[in-house]
Amino acid sequence: MTETLFEALRLVVVVDYQLLAIVALSLRVSLSALAIGVLIGVPVGAAIAVQRFPGRGALIVVLNAMMGLPSVVVGVIVYLLLSRSGPFGEFGLLFSPAAMIFAQTLLVVPLIAAVSRQIVEDAWNDYAPELTLIGVRRWDAVVLLIADCRFSLSLAALAGLGRAMSEVGAVMIVGGNIDGFTRVMTTAIALETSKGNLALSIALGMVLICLILMLNALAYGLRCWALRRVG
Amino acid sequence: MFPLRVQGLAFRPERQTVLQDLDLDLSGDGISVILGPNGSGKTVLLRLLSGLLAPSAGRIDWNGRDQPNGRLAMVFQHPALLRLSVFRNVEFALAAQGGERAARHARTREVLERVGLAHRLDESARLLSGGERQRLALARAWALRPRMLLLDEPTASLDPSATEAVERIIREIRTDGAKILMTTHNLGQAQRLADDIVFLADGCVQEHVPVRRFFSQPQSPAARAFLQGELPWRIAFDR
Amino acid sequence: MANRIRSLMAGVGLGLGLTLAASLPLAAEETLVVASTTSTEQSGLFSWIIPRFEQASGIKVRIVAVGTGQAIDIGRRGDADVLLVHDREAEEKFVAEGFGTQRKDVMYNDFIFVGPKDDPARLAAAGGAQGAFKAIAASGQGFISRGDKSGTHAAELRLWKAAGIDPKALPGYKETGSGMGPTLNMAAAINAYTLADRATWGAFKNRRELVMVLDGDPALFNPYSVIPVNPARHPHVKARAAQQFSDWLTSDTGREAIASFRADGQQVFFPNSKK
Repeated sequence: MTETLFEALRLVVVVDYQLLAIVALSLRVSLSALAIGVLIGVPVGAAIAVQRFPGRGALIVVLNAMMGLPSVVVGVIVYLLLSRSGPFGEFGLLFSPAAMIFAQTLLVVPLIAAVSRQIVEDAWNDYAPELTLIGVRRWDAVVLLIADCRFSLSLAALAGLGRAMSEVGAVMIVGGNIDGFTRVMTTAIALETSKGNLALSIALGMVLICLILMLNALAYGLRCWALRRVG
Repeated sequence: MFPLRVQGLAFRPERQTVLQDLDLDLSGDGISVILGPNGSGKTVLLRLLSGLLAPSAGRIDWNGRDQPNGRLAMVFQHPALLRLSVFRNVEFALAAQGGERAARHARTREVLERVGLAHRLDESARLLSGGERQRLALARAWALRPRMLLLDEPTASLDPSATEAVERIIREIRTDGAKILMTTHNLGQAQRLADDIVFLADGCVQEHVPVRRFFSQPQSPAARAFLQGELPWRIAFDR
Repeated sequence: MANRIRSLMAGVGLGLGLTLAASLPLAAEETLVVASTTSTEQSGLFSWIIPRFEQASGIKVRIVAVGTGQAIDIGRRGDADVLLVHDREAEEKFVAEGFGTQRKDVMYNDFIFVGPKDDPARLAAAGGAQGAFKAIAASGQGFISRGDKSGTHAAELRLWKAAGIDPKALPGYKETGSGMGPTLNMAAAINAYTLADRATWGAFKNRRELVMVLDGDPALFNPYSVIPVNPARHPHVKARAAQQFSDWLTSDTGREAIASFRADGQQVFFPNSKK
């Protein structure tokens, strides 16, 4: 075990170009999925928080449950959708980074929407009487509350980022783990493990964890800086 | 909109009684201050008048109508200040009414000027002091040009100079043509601002008299006890 | 404030657009999707031969390495242009159903028995594949199966059948339902026997107490074939590039490239295409 760990550390220090390309692709795929996920998930969550409609309770339960959507299931569904024999086959997107972004977006949207819904609903419960009295329409309240809760909502985004960066099931199936094209950190780790290359797996794992840590530190720093300015 | 006539108003959520058989007549001028011990239903009365709560019984008559036909604004004890700039915290309220962008912006600047926040337009509302927050909340209500303004403890937990600033603004809003109905626990403030006092206890109006008369010759035993600083539970106990 | 939010939105939108644009395949470069097996990828064979093919043809190759069963399914759905797999029966069915144009032999490697160093079931003395399976059954020792409908799994099942044993009835028989690597990892973890292809074993690092205990029986012969996906079934496939790949693998250059590959210092793939 210690031997494996030392070997892993050596491999982390000897950063090679191939590893950088894999890291870059991981970031590109997961950050794209996150960006789309935030653009869809936050407004959807905020709208559910503020609006009242039949079936709302059931929708919230489903949304919360979908936070635990198995990534493999999403992978298989996206695989079947994007396959040449599937409904969107003509675009030829299977086994490409775009397919991976699509699959990860499906994974993070419910998570971001569910967390956003709770955050915005708490704020809405505080503000509802006053905003209603002022005459703010529900849809305008959605926009105002998103702006008001933007710092808390960054937590929803970070949760989404963590989910996207760490999942392996979906990207493995829809990306195909193609060397130099769709291989990301998690699928590389899975591959090295199955080759019995445990030291390299752990090295890659440490790089991935550091990466997620750095992104979170960055987000935290930004948040502190902004809070000092905005309060 | 005025006279405002409240008859037999009651509010009984889940078996407890907050207000019972409350009668009140208000003209469209001046500042009316609601006094009363904690739990006497002052805030509930403001919320019933604003329409945020529905009465269990009785009726509120705005010069023959169910609804006020002029604008009614309210400043809450803890105003909802969004994590946005001072300017936006006023502007969004105007935006909710529609109207032209340029006019909205001009009005926003105008009221912020009048409450002394013109130099802090782009700062975050969350960074304001307690007194500044209250001034901002008043500016937002004022911007809407209300015919009636409800204020729930506008100076609770403010220091004397901040209280003074808020009182000055309240007078200006009245001069601007708004009827003001406010609650307070500050008897000095009531004497400084009020034209008339509505004294609330036991869930109904015990007295509604001009301010001078209330403080010199309180009629009800509850009001006398209140002014002598006796504990509110005694009043309930004596009932 | 509103302006700041708006410019932020615009920034996010722009970034998004660029990312998506970058994700689209470049039209100029011809790419070929090869569905193949984990054994060929994990042994390192592809890293050895694919750059040579890419240089010779100017075609960019993308390998999707899965079990043979899944690789054939990918071909059936039209998601790959060409297959390089090892399950003769399934391959012939694939071509007969019209999904593939033509099956060509490329190379073979062989399966080997891997097991504990002290060889408690005495496989080394079993004399061949059938004897080995009988010895495992008789000794009650653990055996880890792929259980994933891969070429290796199919070969293993054929050998059990030939030995007249129903492996599911054996107490020590476990299916991992995963690739060769994870199966070897599990065999190493619980010190059990398994059937592996020589190439993956050659490149496998986490051996612990495992050694190769038996090889050399002709019954353990493991042939690989190349099959271009039929453009009549899937018009979008890159039939010309796929044919080029198939021709190159079975050409003298391709044969040499395969024969010169070494895993752990050993030749593990032997070209057997017809000249």
